[in-house]
Amino acid sequence: MADLAADFTLPLRSFELELGLRVDRTVALVGPSGAGKSSVLRALAGLARPSRGRIALGDDVWFDAERRLFRQPDERSVGLVFQEYALFPHLSVRRNVAYGGRARVDEYLERFHIGHLAESSPTELSGGERQRVALARALAREPGLLLLDEPLSSLDAHTRTTVRAELQELLREFALPTILVTHDFDDAAALADEVGVIVQGTLRQLAPPQELVARPADAFVASFTGANLLRGVARRTADALTEVRLETGEAVFSADPGEGAVGVVVYPWEVTLGREPHTDSALNSIVGDVRSVVTVGTRVRVQVGPITAEVTASSAERLEVERGGRVVASFKATGTRLVPLG
Amino acid sequence: MRKALHVVGLFAATALTLGFLVLPLAALFTRQSPVELVHQLSNPVVTDALKLSVVTSAIAQALILLLGTPTAYLVATRRFPGRSLVVTLVELPLVLPPAVAGIGLLVAFGRVGLLGSTFDALGISVAFNRTAVVLAVAFVASPLYLRAAIAAFEALDPNLVAASRTLGAGPVRTFFRVALPLTSAGLAAGAALSLARGLGEFGATIMFAGSLQGVTQTLPLAIYAEFDRDFDVAVTISALFVVITAAILLSLKLSALWRTSQRTSRSLFARLSWS
Repeated sequence: MADLAADFTLPLRSFELELGLRVDRTVALVGPSGAGKSSVLRALAGLARPSRGRIALGDDVWFDAERRLFRQPDERSVGLVFQEYALFPHLSVRRNVAYGGRARVDEYLERFHIGHLAESSPTELSGGERQRVALARALAREPGLLLLDEPLSSLDAHTRTTVRAELQELLREFALPTILVTHDFDDAAALADEVGVIVQGTLRQLAPPQELVARPADAFVASFTGANLLRGVARRTADALTEVRLETGEAVFSADPGEGAVGVVVYPWEVTLGREPHTDSALNSIVGDVRSVVTVGTRVRVQVGPITAEVTASSAERLEVERGGRVVASFKATGTRLVPLG
Repeated sequence: MRKALHVVGLFAATALTLGFLVLPLAALFTRQSPVELVHQLSNPVVTDALKLSVVTSAIAQALILLLGTPTAYLVATRRFPGRSLVVTLVELPLVLPPAVAGIGLLVAFGRVGLLGSTFDALGISVAFNRTAVVLAVAFVASPLYLRAAIAAFEALDPNLVAASRTLGAGPVRTFFRVALPLTSAGLAAGAALSLARGLGEFGATIMFAGSLQGVTQTLPLAIYAEFDRDFDVAVTISALFVVITAAILLSLKLSALWRTSQRTSRSLFARLSWS
């Protein structure tokens, strides 16, 4: 299986997209909407022409600015699944799948469990079915690179979970270099081997999801991965801990080195709740009013002042946590990361 | 009381409007008996004009579709400097008086016009012959088609075109397999309007091509010529015209209806149980 090597600049309306990537497995690009994620896919598919750089799949060069080489979309071995799927409304499911590759249509219809829909019009299908048709259509062409634009965003919450699992299995089975674009970090972490965070057309960090969580490069990456971010000013103390004076006036300690304006990153599952504040500087305490309590399965997400804690339902019950009540949120100095604010 | 007055007023206005629009058309058919009407159709003036109108309209329409469709596709799907100027230029002949169109055609393609000597050298003569009729018809009718076709192609989801390209289809295959089928309803509507407009073309034709029976005298010109000579023949051609135009309009409406029923019938049948 040939790797994708892409390094290019694509001018967009208000900023330039600048990207360097090597893809051999599944890479997810995450970021806020308007960050240029979909434009990456358009450039790779040949639907947009970069101003600089080179794109190649193995030895097959698709774009080379210096050699003025630009291969048209139909001359690239690429399968693109559009956000709204872009199924041809005037063709049946079978003819949609056959559009790109006529050879093994029945096989793909069966593989994607859409054989019984073969003669239906795409306009009659549910969101999940449409996505399967779009995937079958893209893969029936047997491309060397698979591109997925927000594969889960147009599905309802219930279908989403099922489709995510299907997609996971599919990506493992086809083992193609794949780039998927999403604004949801959880989807990215579930589907991809590596996650790249794009903001304003720039790749901030590219790493395996657990690495992004453990060592976020900056404040944006940290908050995107679901961490709490507390802004403050860092100062080195005598006992090898860094003291951060928060904007709210409180002081917290981190085992990470840092100086000046920083963000303190702490994940909700590192935060415990209690009734009494601690005096140990290795354990940070923030006293605050409970602003919201949301139960997700057996876990409860409690927002205390500026920080969100994720605790078990039983401990939330024991503490009688309720909205408006006063609790202490605690987290270890070693459980925090300091990141530059950006 | 006031409400009753309101309703009566509404009905009176509607009756007046419809009566005003329908009466002149109906009068064309009541002046002569149907037998006389049909008999008049075999008058050589009528048959010559009908043949000429059909032939010139068919050629003009073919040219409009053949050249207009790719033009509209380009204008609708590409962004280029001066695009809005092109769109305005396309619409200009629509609002111009036909007399201006006639003069314009004369000074452009006529014997003493801009391209007159070029046409002469190429052996093309546009002096008072069928070619002149075709040019006049195409000039006044094509903007209607172009405008509808540009609107239809602009409404086409660009992602469908992009999807076709990434699935290995080149621009030509994409045009014929995706763009054309998905815009066919809009294109057909534009073609019908332009056909009707072309058939009725009068001012530009009479100035640019003249009114010679069997050569350049189309149906509208024949009505005008017979108006002075044999009024009944003029009425007959007018009645014939109403029938032709109504047929075009009706087939357009029916094809639109057929399309929507095609699109929804399957789900409709699924929803309603007919057994």
